Amino acid sequence: MKYTSLSVAIAIALGLAAAAAQSPQQQPDQIATTINGDSGAPPRFAVPAFLALSNDAETIAAAKTITDVLWNDLNYEHEFTFIGRDVYATIPPAKSIDDLPFDRWREINADGVVAGSVQKSGNQFLIRYRLFDIRSRRAVLGAEYSGSANPRRYAHTISDEIFKKQRGLDGVARTKLSFSSDRDGERLTGTVEKRTVREIYISDYDGENQQRVTVGRTLNAFPSWSPDGRSIAYVSWRRGQPNIFVSHIYDGTLDEITKGPGENYLPAWSPDGTRIAFSSTRDGHAQIYVANKDGSNVRRLTNGPSLDTTPTWSPKGNEIAFTSDRSGLPQIYLMSADGLGGVQRLTAESYVDRPTWSTTTNEIAFESRSGGSGFDIKVIDVNSRTVKQLTFGEGKNESPVFSPNGRHVAFASDRSGKFQIYTMTRDGRDVRQLTRNGENRLPSWSN
Amino acid sequence: MLRNTARFALVVMMFAAAACGSKKAPVLEPTTAPPPEAAPAPPPATPRSNPTTITDATPTVPAVRDDALATSSLDDLNRNSPLRPVFFASDSSDIDPQGKAALDENALVLKQHPTWGITIEGHCDERGTPEYNLALGDRRAAAAVAYLRSLGIAADRLKTVSYGKEFPFDAGHDEAAWSKNRRAHFVITSK
Repeated sequence: MKYTSLSVAIAIALGLAAAAAQSPQQQPDQIATTINGDSGAPPRFAVPAFLALSNDAETIAAAKTITDVLWNDLNYEHEFTFIGRDVYATIPPAKSIDDLPFDRWREINADGVVAGSVQKSGNQFLIRYRLFDIRSRRAVLGAEYSGSANPRRYAHTISDEIFKKQRGLDGVARTKLSFSSDRDGERLTGTVEKRTVREIYISDYDGENQQRVTVGRTLNAFPSWSPDGRSIAYVSWRRGQPNIFVSHIYDGTLDEITKGPGENYLPAWSPDGTRIAFSSTRDGHAQIYVANKDGSNVRRLTNGPSLDTTPTWSPKGNEIAFTSDRSGLPQIYLMSADGLGGVQRLTAESYVDRPTWSTTTNEIAFESRSGGSGFDIKVIDVNSRTVKQLTFGEGKNESPVFSPNGRHVAFASDRSGKFQIYTMTRDGRDVRQLTRNGENRLPSWSN
Repeated sequence: MLRNTARFALVVMMFAAAACGSKKAPVLEPTTAPPPEAAPAPPPATPRSNPTTITDATPTVPAVRDDALATSSLDDLNRNSPLRPVFFASDSSDIDPQGKAALDENALVLKQHPTWGITIEGHCDERGTPEYNLALGDRRAAAAVAYLRSLGIAADRLKTVSYGKEFPFDAGHDEAAWSKNRRAHFVITSK
């Protein structure tokens, strides 16, 4: 049974009457309830179809999108078990989101059910949801959203809220990825070799909404999100030699952070967003430098005959890990962020690079040369120096970056042919391919 | 305004309904709209001037010289380049005897054409990482520059750029391809 526009009108009329009859300032009870599963198991959740409260195609499509995306978002963190949709196919849709058939849900051992509705209101959507604890028959969480955003955005917002309130966990549903892509297929000019332009793209965490954010018509690579998620530092060869640019992608403005001398690449933002560490050949060969985010106050941090590349900051910003070939093939080293004091070797593998420090755990992900031409993703615990391998020889696996909550790793792999962007959990499970168009490499994950 | 009233009324109605049902006590979060999804602005056609204005370099047209080579464009010249590449061993930027022989010949060509400016591109194979290969490519190009300078070629004629492993010459995945991709590649950029 569906709400018709007439019944909505009646409901509104009743609601108005209720509003008139009852003092509206009552605050709901704040019940901090965590939904648990049986004997320590993850709770069993279901996300039945959101109700479309208006009968137009757009609302019906939005309700379906929100249901599907929310299911994917909630599934992503592996905190809940999900009851298969076929299992609850026979449970009739609720008449309203507050009128759940609790007995039926209890029969199939549901612990938590997310019920929601979508209504068209002018050119905006009105979206409501409740998270019900099936045992207590209480809504433990709920909210109402309106706006004209992409329906996926509402699902992402709800998912992040459920993780925060139920699990004390920062979800990643509203985070973004950035990467370098050759999908436009445009030929680079100024060279007789057949070389294809690469541009910087962004996408949602799940690979949706892929959008180009540069028009360099050159080689643009090594994007790095600013901590506030509003800007992307990247390397562009538009001047001939590689230099670091910062694109303020929502303002449509571009800053040139380095203009030589030498080559400047591999930018990494400090956690507070005030500085950028990078590698530069300005004094002869690649060494580590740091500058203010506008490119001022460049200081050299390493000073030796080796090649030093790929800096990454510790979560507190007081240390920098980087790649150096000072002992032969490249390994990862640690130093203080001011470059003073000693340098400590972290890894003892054959050839490793692209250290990326997790912002939440004291771990560094990196790429490690395996047999043949392969690379695999590994993670090292900085304290214990324990190394964990996440990929096992399925093609070349490169350029790992942690999700902001430290629970996932994005990387590039050619396991399916061309290089594409993938994500996996921090222990190497649930590998998901996010890109399919052209070749896509060098991911960065926003906060 | 009317919409807000209606929405508010719905919320109130739900409270009322909840108050009627003894077991149901929905906890409502404050009504909030999600932050509007920021749409990336179109990429800057004219980058802003503060702190640095970026404009596309205006190509300079080389002067036509009365010289067989100078009559062809730079592209034609580079397509049939008299300058030989230098190849490197894996993970190395050392120039071996064959590399030195190639650079000796290149130095002669550059001395025959004293106005030529060249860019030496440093390239690596796919068995290195995208990041470290930038530095290794640079060191390969720099090694070629150092050797040419030792033969008397002026430094201001020699530019370098590293492409790491971004632009392989052979897309294959075997040693035959890799050995072509570990190279210092010469491009005539002015004449």
